[in-house]
Amino acid sequence: MEKRENQKAWLMILPVVVVVAFSAIIPLMTVVNYSVQDIFGPNDRVFVGADWFLAVLNDRRLHEALLRQFLFSALVLVIEVPLGVLIALAMPRKGIAVSFSLVLLALPLLIPWNVIGTIWIIFTRPDIGLLGHTINSLGISFDHTASPFDAWITLMLMEVWHWTPLVVLLAYAGLKAIPDAYYQAARIDGASAWDVFRYIQLPKMRGVLTIAILLRFMDSFLIYAEPFVLTGGGPGNSTTFLSIYLVKLAVGQFDLGHAAAFSIIYFLIVLLFSWIFYQALNTIGTGDRR
Amino acid sequence: MSLSWMAWTWPTAVFFLAIAAILTVMGVLHALHPSVARVGFLGIATQRGDRLFLSLLGSAFITLAWLGLVGPNLWWALVVSLVYAAAMFRWA
Repeated sequence: MEKRENQKAWLMILPVVVVVAFSAIIPLMTVVNYSVQDIFGPNDRVFVGADWFLAVLNDRRLHEALLRQFLFSALVLVIEVPLGVLIALAMPRKGIAVSFSLVLLALPLLIPWNVIGTIWIIFTRPDIGLLGHTINSLGISFDHTASPFDAWITLMLMEVWHWTPLVVLLAYAGLKAIPDAYYQAARIDGASAWDVFRYIQLPKMRGVLTIAILLRFMDSFLIYAEPFVLTGGGPGNSTTFLSIYLVKLAVGQFDLGHAAAFSIIYFLIVLLFSWIFYQALNTIGTGDRR
Repeated sequence: MSLSWMAWTWPTAVFFLAIAAILTVMGVLHALHPSVARVGFLGIATQRGDRLFLSLLGSAFITLAWLGLVGPNLWWALVVSLVYAAAMFRWA
């Protein structure tokens, strides 16, 4: 019997379409309109064509912010994913310790992002902060407000503390889903702990790890609140990421045309990566290897 | 209802009308001839809508690259984008 699609289903998604139109499509159209004009006031604007895009493409500070953004996202993945897997492997598998570990790990994820920044400002202050004061007491000069290197160290520590638990929870879920029969077979074959990890646990965690990598990449690529609260983009511009630079342009300098062109390019980059990740996610579990 | 707050210009209006027209045509085409997924040179299964998305996204990057590397005359970028879109629809 021939299968027919029920086109009435489209009506069911109409409310979502309306909400998305008002929350995303219309604002996006307005940003496109702004990106080709020099805006002086609500009714005072001049058409400038692609000039703002040219300005953005030749903006050295934007290039630097983009490089910083990629470096930050790469560091996030390189540190958080292996660390998350290691912690997940070390976690207890049964008993009350499981609940205790899971609650403890979930705590950083429950704290609002701007509060995270504030916590770490206080924690790393050289005069009153537990970490900052301790490091300085050891004779190592540490001040994230003065040294770009220290600012990056603090930022990475904060990011790892905040988001590694997400990777742990996902990896742990992947590990828990592996049937005991696999481990029994490995024991019979005399497999070492490394063999079990390499040939059983890692392949079985492929799906959840891909999701973890995608989520962490997208989150870190769009990060704003934590570094803004912690460093404000400084010292100098050393921790100015794309979103911080964008806010400086749009709100700080009220350079709406420039900020709009920048937003569109930023959006296109995010869209490209979203599509790549979406394709990667779609292939999980299908057996497709590309 | 005034839409002046959206700061419309003729070029952007034409751009969005073109996008809306393309989406309408794609919708009608899908209703008349439902798209069938196929695997092209990208190595992934794509439907007609995927190929349109890739064409538009790729065209945006082609235009930006042209603007940054060649200059502000974007007519040739449009030609390259159209050739790219045709290639995507034919072989992707």
